[in-house]
Amino acid sequence: MSLLTPDLGLLFWMCVSFGIVFFILAKFGFPAILKAVDERTEYINKALEEAEEAERKLATINKQAEAIIGKAEEERAKLLNEAGELRNRIISDAHEKAEADIRIRLTKARSEIEEVKQKALTDIRGEIADISLKIAGKVVDEELKNDKKQQELIDHLLKEEIYYKS
Amino acid sequence: MKRSKKNIVRFFPILILLFFTTSAFAEEKEELNIKELIFEHLGDSYKWHFFEWNGKDVSLHLPVILLDKNGGWHLFSSSRLEDNAVYEGFYIANEGQNKSKIVEKDETGAEIRPWNFSITKNVLALFISVFIISASIMSLAKWYKNDKRNPPSGFLGFIEMIILNIQDEVIKPSIGEDYKRFSPFLLTAFFFILTNNLLGLIPIFPGGANVTGNITITLFLSFITFLLINVNGNKHYWKEVFWPDVPTWLKVPFPLMPLIEIWGIIMKPAALMIRLFANVMAGHSMVLGLISLIFVSVSMGVAANIGMSTVAVLFSIFISLLEVLVSVIQAYIFVLLSSVFIGMSRMKEKIKEENYIEHH
Repeated sequence: MSLLTPDLGLLFWMCVSFGIVFFILAKFGFPAILKAVDERTEYINKALEEAEEAERKLATINKQAEAIIGKAEEERAKLLNEAGELRNRIISDAHEKAEADIRIRLTKARSEIEEVKQKALTDIRGEIADISLKIAGKVVDEELKNDKKQQELIDHLLKEEIYYKS
Repeated sequence: MKRSKKNIVRFFPILILLFFTTSAFAEEKEELNIKELIFEHLGDSYKWHFFEWNGKDVSLHLPVILLDKNGGWHLFSSSRLEDNAVYEGFYIANEGQNKSKIVEKDETGAEIRPWNFSITKNVLALFISVFIISASIMSLAKWYKNDKRNPPSGFLGFIEMIILNIQDEVIKPSIGEDYKRFSPFLLTAFFFILTNNLLGLIPIFPGGANVTGNITITLFLSFITFLLINVNGNKHYWKEVFWPDVPTWLKVPFPLMPLIEIWGIIMKPAALMIRLFANVMAGHSMVLGLISLIFVSVSMGVAANIGMSTVAVLFSIFISLLEVLVSVIQAYIFVLLSSVFIGMSRMKEKIKEENYIEHH
């Protein structure tokens, strides 16, 4: 049975070719592949862990952000309220101030008017006294010349005075 | 179901065509020696026969490398030895112990075999398979050199899956701690056996050679396993061989148990050798025998020939598919048993006892 007897030539070539393929694969093939696969596994595990960590962080950040937003909204409402109040106060203050101002000015104007009026009256009185004195002087002067004419002048002056006064 | 029916219908004309061609074939060759035909296909050869064209063989003549009895080297094409030709004193023996081997005559006229380092069909198939294995695994290694992050897809992904599966599911649990020392050999052996098994199933070049169904190849592989088992065996392993835990009378006057254990040391790898060889060879013989049925049944008439041919073709398809399964299983079993044997020779005493309790 030639099938069952090993052949030396084939054995020789088997040693050579298997030796070569074993050398190549054991040196450059399998270790490199297995190392790369290990590294990849490690990388994937790490990436998964990192992703989980990131997710956790994101969740806390989200919560924080929500809290911050809620706070900010509250603050805004508060600020708006305050601003409204302030505006109202400012407006009412302005109104009050304006009114007071007007009042003061009015009083001042009135007193000034009064003052001017008094002054004018005093002036007029003085004038009248002067005129009266002049008239009186003229009358006295005329009397010495013409009684009749004197009488007419006094009448005339009186008429004038009355007219003026009324 | 519908699809398979459709396929049968599609194949039917091919089957019929096949019958006619085979019938035409068989008429030319009157006598058929089936046994010889099968053995010729199973064995080694100095040429690689492709097909027959116009009654002529189309084949690749391989180089013959010989070291003769006087220590001289000879290198020539095997076509010089065609048709019983004698070249430089060498010829192919037709019968006897050295049948279909290259022989020369010594001084007394007796046939002797020279040292024969010819590149035979099996050697060429060996080279092809070694090239395929190296190319595919090195291309995977190269992939990882370029891209460390992404796993490869397609064929390379398939190879990676096999490597990881064999390493993590077979080698690691069987050998234990320092499995990394042994995994290069075991992985190489796995790919070597698998590739050659599958190439052997392809009927045309570069497949069709019966490499893993050759006892020389399986002898080599199992011898390496033998060395790995015994060179790396620990103290406990050798103690179990020479002084096992059995009643003293089984080992003192006559060392019965040690002898059995030593026999076991040899038989463990020998079983590996025979198992792989026999499985692959049996598969090849089955397919060849079934195909031969077509030629044998020609003499029984047309109806019988068609009937037998249908059965033979269907069966050989079935056997071929089975052989694909066997190819993978045998490669797996060789590596599994090798690593189990290596692991057993390195086991510590305590673990061994625990395992014993677990299993019984």
